[in-house]
Amino acid sequence: MIVDKMEQSLRPVETPMAEYPAKYITLATGEKMVVRQIKREEVPLILEAVKPLMTVEKDFYDIVASRMYSELLGYLRYRVKDEYCLIGTIDGVIVGIVNGRLLDEKVGMSYHTMTLRQGLRIGAQLFAAKMEYHFDFLNQEEVWIVAESPNGFRRWMIEYELESRPEVWHELGGVPTYVLTKALWEKHKAAKCTGRRPVKEELLKTAENPILPSTYAQIPGFVRCEK
Amino acid sequence: MREVGIAGVGHTKFGKWTEGTFVDMLSKAAVEALDDAGIRTVKGHGVDQVFVASMGSGMINRQSGVASALVDTLNLRPAMAETIENGPASGASAVKLGYMAIASGMCNCVLVVGGEMMRVVSGWEGTDFVATMLHPEAEYNYGLTLPAFAGMFTRLYMEKYGVTERDLSIVSVKNHENAVHNPVAHIHVVPSLYAIADDEDAHVINPYVAEPLRMYHVCPVSDGAAAVVLCAMDQADRFAKKPVKIAGIGQATDTHSVAEREVPTDLLAVRLAAQRAYDMAGLKPQDIDVAELHDAFQILEVAESEEVGFFEKGQGHIAARNGETRIGGKIPINTSGGLKAKGHPLGATGVSQIVELVRQLRGEAGGRQVQDAKTGLAVNFGGFGNNVVATILAREEE
Repeated sequence: MIVDKMEQSLRPVETPMAEYPAKYITLATGEKMVVRQIKREEVPLILEAVKPLMTVEKDFYDIVASRMYSELLGYLRYRVKDEYCLIGTIDGVIVGIVNGRLLDEKVGMSYHTMTLRQGLRIGAQLFAAKMEYHFDFLNQEEVWIVAESPNGFRRWMIEYELESRPEVWHELGGVPTYVLTKALWEKHKAAKCTGRRPVKEELLKTAENPILPSTYAQIPGFVRCEK
Repeated sequence: MREVGIAGVGHTKFGKWTEGTFVDMLSKAAVEALDDAGIRTVKGHGVDQVFVASMGSGMINRQSGVASALVDTLNLRPAMAETIENGPASGASAVKLGYMAIASGMCNCVLVVGGEMMRVVSGWEGTDFVATMLHPEAEYNYGLTLPAFAGMFTRLYMEKYGVTERDLSIVSVKNHENAVHNPVAHIHVVPSLYAIADDEDAHVINPYVAEPLRMYHVCPVSDGAAAVVLCAMDQADRFAKKPVKIAGIGQATDTHSVAEREVPTDLLAVRLAAQRAYDMAGLKPQDIDVAELHDAFQILEVAESEEVGFFEKGQGHIAARNGETRIGGKIPINTSGGLKAKGHPLGATGVSQIVELVRQLRGEAGGRQVQDAKTGLAVNFGGFGNNVVATILAREEE
C-alpha cells in the first residue's frame, strides 16, 4: 500500500520490540491453551471476536470490549504507538485477548484483558502472560494498570498487591492508577504465571490460524453466521 | 406424631442472581415448589406456615423479616411466617422446624424456602461475613475464616490418615462430573484430574486458597434459592405428586471453639446427628442409597462420609479413590454436584440437598439418577461442625 506523506506523518515512530514467544498452558479441563502475539494484519479477525461483546452489560463486557475494539483499531490503523496484542486459543478458537503498549522503554501501559470463554481462569493466565511480556521479554521496570470491573480489581490490584500510585495518570483515565513493579512481579510470578515453551509444531500451527468463537456464553442465543 | 412428607420442590439456578431482588429469588424457587405440589397461591391455598432460611439477608442484603416479605409477595397471607438463621445449616434447620410444625399437629402444610444472595459483596467481605459465625473472641478476632479452619483440618487429616491433595481432587472431579447433569448447578465445567492435580501447570491453574486446600477443593460463592413443600402424610391426596417421606431427622451441636474439641479431626456433631436420624428412621448406614454431604471443602465430604458410617474412620478418601462414592458405586455421594460444583448459597444449601434427594427418590434426576434409589441422607453442616442437621428421606412403596 502506498502511504502518502500526510498519512505517514500521522503514524507514530515505533520502538523495536522483542516478540512474545508463544507458549501453551494446560487448563483445568485438560485443554491446551496457546498464548501468542498476533501480527497487525490479524487484527481485523480479532475485532470480529470482540464486536459481539460490545453491548453486553454484564460484568462490564460492554466497556471493556468497546475500548479494546478501539485500541486494536488504533493499532491496525497506526494510531497507537508501540501497541501489542496477545491472544489465547484452544484448538484454534479464540478464548481470550489482552493488549497493552510501551509508554517508554521502562514503563508499560496495560490496556485490557478480556475472557471470551469463562470459568477456566483464562483471563488470569492471559494477564500474567501480558506481565511476563513486559517484564521478562521487554525488560521493563513497571507496568501501569487500572481496572474497569470488580473482577479485574480483585484479580490484579488485590492478588498482585499492586502499588497504588494515584499521582500518575493511566491512559485509560478514570480510576487511580496502580503499578506492578518488577519486585512485585518477581514476588508473584511463580504462583501466577505458567506455561511451556516451545509450543509443539502442530499445536502452534493450529493456533496460528485463529477461529472466531461460534457462540458466547455471555450472549445467550448468539450463533455466529458463517460468511 | 404425624408422619411428614415432601410434596413439592423448587430450585433456582445457582450462580449469580441477576433477575431481581432477594425476595424475587426466593419467590422463584417457592413458586416452582408450590406448582410441583399442585398448590395455587389463591385464597384457600392451604399453606399454614412459611419458614425462610437465610444466614445473611440482614447483613449483606440489608433486608430483615424476609419470611414476612415472601408471604406477602406470594399472596400466602395469613400464613404464619418466620425467618430461620442457623449459619450454613439454616436450610435443614428450617426443614426440621417445618417437620415439627406438622408432626405436632399445628400445621398441615408448610413451605420452606432457603436462599442467599452472596455475590453482591466482594469475596473478602463474603468470607468475613461467613466468619462471623466463629467464636468471636477465640477465633474471629484472630482473623480466622472458614477456609483457614478447613485448611488446618485438612492438614491434620493428611497427617493422621494419609489423605493427599490428589484425593481431594478426586472428590472434586467426581462432584463436577455429577453437576454437569444438574441444570441448576452453578458450575458446568468438568476439570481433568490430571490437569488440576498432576500437570506441571497445576500449581497455577489450581492455586492454593488455604494450604493445603486448592481452588478445586473449595466451593464457589453462589447466589440461589431452593424450596420444599412439606405436608402431613395423612393428607397426601391433596397434592399433585405422592409425597416423599421424611423418615428421620437428627441434630447435634459441638463446642463453639474448635480448639476445645478433644480430637479436632472428629466431627462429633455429624456423627451424633446422623445416628439420631438413623434411629428415628429405623435404618442403618448400609440402608442408604444416595447421600448429599456438606462439602464446602472437599475434606468435609471425606470426613462426613466416615462420621455418618459409610466408611471406617480414615477410610473415606480410599473409598473415593476406589470410586465407591460415584454414581454406580457403593454409596453415591453428592449426585447434585455438591456444594463444590452445584454451589453453596448458605441458607439455600440445606433445602437444596433435600430437593436433590426428593428428585433422586422420585426418579427425576436425569443423567445423575441413582438407579432405584429408595432412601437418601443429607448432612447440613453449620459453623465448623458445631451445629449439624442430618435428614433421611424414604420413598414409600406403592
